[in-house]
Amino acid sequence: MLHYILRRLGYGLLVLLGVNLLTFALFFTVNTPDDMARLNIGGKRVTQEQIDKWKRERGYDKPLMRNAAETGTRQLTETIFWERSVSLFALDFGRSDAKNSVDIGHEVATRMGVSLQLAVPIFVLQLLASTLFALLLVFFRHTAIDFWGVVLCVVMLSISSLFYIIVGQFLFSRVLALVPISGYAEGLDAARFLVLPVALSLLARLGGEARLYRAMFLEEAAKDYVRTARAKGLAEHAVLLRHVLRNALIPILTSAGAYLPYVFLGSLVFESFFGIPGLGAYVIDAIAGQDFAIVRTMVFLGSLLYVASFLLIDIAYTWVDPRVRLG
Amino acid sequence: MGFRPVLLWTDAVVFALLAVLALYAWRVRRAPERRAVWAKVFRDAPALCSAVVFGAFALVAVLDSLHFRRALAAPAASAPAERFYATRTESLLDLLLARPLAMRESSYSAPLAIHGFGKESVEVDGRVERAHPRLQFGGAHLADPADRAADLARRAIAGLTGGLLLAAVAVVALAGWRARRRGLRLAASLREIAADRTPLPLRAGLLTLAALLALAGVAVALMGHYHVFGTDRTGNDVLVQALKSVRTAFVIGTLSTVATLPLAVGLGLAAGWFGGWVDEAIQYLCTVLSSIPNVLLIAACVLMVQVFVDQNPQLFETAAERADVRLALLCLILGLSGWPGLARLLRGEVLKLRELEYVQAASAFGVGAWRIMARHLLPNVMHLVLITTVLDFSALVLYEAVLSYVGVGVDPSMNSFGGMINLARSEMSRDPVVWWSFAAAFGFMLALVLAANLLADGVRDAFDPRAAAARPRRAGRRALT
Repeated sequence: MLHYILRRLGYGLLVLLGVNLLTFALFFTVNTPDDMARLNIGGKRVTQEQIDKWKRERGYDKPLMRNAAETGTRQLTETIFWERSVSLFALDFGRSDAKNSVDIGHEVATRMGVSLQLAVPIFVLQLLASTLFALLLVFFRHTAIDFWGVVLCVVMLSISSLFYIIVGQFLFSRVLALVPISGYAEGLDAARFLVLPVALSLLARLGGEARLYRAMFLEEAAKDYVRTARAKGLAEHAVLLRHVLRNALIPILTSAGAYLPYVFLGSLVFESFFGIPGLGAYVIDAIAGQDFAIVRTMVFLGSLLYVASFLLIDIAYTWVDPRVRLG
Repeated sequence: MGFRPVLLWTDAVVFALLAVLALYAWRVRRAPERRAVWAKVFRDAPALCSAVVFGAFALVAVLDSLHFRRALAAPAASAPAERFYATRTESLLDLLLARPLAMRESSYSAPLAIHGFGKESVEVDGRVERAHPRLQFGGAHLADPADRAADLARRAIAGLTGGLLLAAVAVVALAGWRARRRGLRLAASLREIAADRTPLPLRAGLLTLAALLALAGVAVALMGHYHVFGTDRTGNDVLVQALKSVRTAFVIGTLSTVATLPLAVGLGLAAGWFGGWVDEAIQYLCTVLSSIPNVLLIAACVLMVQVFVDQNPQLFETAAERADVRLALLCLILGLSGWPGLARLLRGEVLKLRELEYVQAASAFGVGAWRIMARHLLPNVMHLVLITTVLDFSALVLYEAVLSYVGVGVDPSMNSFGGMINLARSEMSRDPVVWWSFAAAFGFMLALVLAANLLADGVRDAFDPRAAAARPRRAGRRALT
């Protein structure tokens, strides 16, 4: 087990190195540090001194990949690529590119808590709601409830999540005035602001997920052990809850796990629509302001979380299914 | 008046795709087993009906892909051989919609309204009053505003009748064609369709067609004199915008999946067939790409494209070309970031296939790796490729809206559902509410995505019998044979 985890961690590190190389190539080859400086200083006439000063302040004043002016290993280490990569892996994200730049690491730390407050309830309730709805459809299969339930799912998954947000905001905040339209508060007061985004997010993804889980349950329910369970006279609800649910948890876990990175990164659209100052809103603001340092950091952070969550899922497999042996 | 055809990048791909589709259809016609599978797709009533709706949207998209630039009236002094063309690129759809396009009001107006939405200072009997001004075009032919309801009803009924007449012609034509092929009388063929006793659910399909034609008839009858879905802030007809957005959605939905195919198919097959370090390397590449949250990867790429386009404005002759290149690159990015999923699926399938006797036999006869992949493996994984392609279409159309909201979608000058929703967000918080742009985007998008989803389900169930087992069935329904 330990051996397996270590090997997976090593592979994860390799993947992160690849991600780092990819993002670096993406961000620095098209858009040289000079262009970045010009963009961020703004204005029509930008002098070379201003550009150099901006680059020096943010540590962009070295060659990209290879420093011909140095010798030996310093040819590789005295470059933007090396310095940026080392600091990223040390989780030191540096300053953002914007004029009144802030420390990205500090922003990430404070905003992640806010994102978690929104995303953890969404993640848990989503899993519960979708599983329950799918179980309900499976329980009533071959009846009108199943048929119209699936029709409802297809219609619901054909509607863009933006529509749920706009209609929900309009209905509950403007017409009924039950909750504030947007914003955020510390402490217990936050619930007032979070309840609508959580509910709408559940609704927006219920259709697709319930249909997927239903198919997984049905595949499991077609197996022999389920027939045996029925043959020995178990009630349908016992068959579903004690046998089918437990075995279908493995594929469900995999599909839910792919969503784990977003639990930490926050839901981009929901945070920005509801004015919740989490990481998702941070990314959107960074994209709108063309702040590449922040986008780069978030890409790295996102893949870090992806690698970590898949390790977690693998470990969770052994807990859900004792047959799975890692190693 | 002359014109010069313009072939934008996305147009070229759309027409290439149509050609490939036509070739595929021709081959399906000649191969009985493939014909049987496709017949199975359309024997499903929801799939056939959604294919009709989807086809209507596709027609709009294709009409909007035939671009041209008008010739300008040559100045007398210049040489007659030399011609100049307008900088505005138009499409065939623009020609059809020339009248509603020209009916540009000054600002918001509600659907079918003849008065503006906002109040302006108007002179009434020598006094200045704040009132809703009459629209410049919407209902401008009415001398008395009180006639509006009667005029609307008259035109709507005329349009409805026209649409239904067209539908009736289609029904009779189809019934006649069936009658000739099967040696029936026309009346018998019609009776079979009406009683739903045809092998394909023609009744459902024709009813869908009739509903579509009726709606289109009403819209056509009204749109020359009214704004059916109102106007937006700058006074443009919302219905026209929604129709123009269809092409953007279509291009994104099809081109992005087409862009994934070369990489996904090539690398997926190679990983499964060669195994060893090739497999390791491709798997690593997949993991790296899929470990980056998709929105972020796309945002990063699009930001870079934006920077590139902004730095090289000299490369693009017209605004339409620039917007089009951005759209094409967006599709390419979506494709390049989306291939790992399909590649993994194909790899798994090839791992199974390579152990089968016929592949082993080919290998034993000394057939080369590439030939085996092309002749034996590719045809046997094509159903997976097809299923993924159709399933992805609707997801991509929905994705475009989110990307436009994030600010990394299509060019703002290009009509798209995402752009419409984005604007609708602020309109919905006005008082009184401006709801019609939002409603139009909602209606069109839901119709397109729902049709695509149902069609995709039908295709998946026909090509993958295992998926068909999960299909909801109600006791007592006609068995789908």
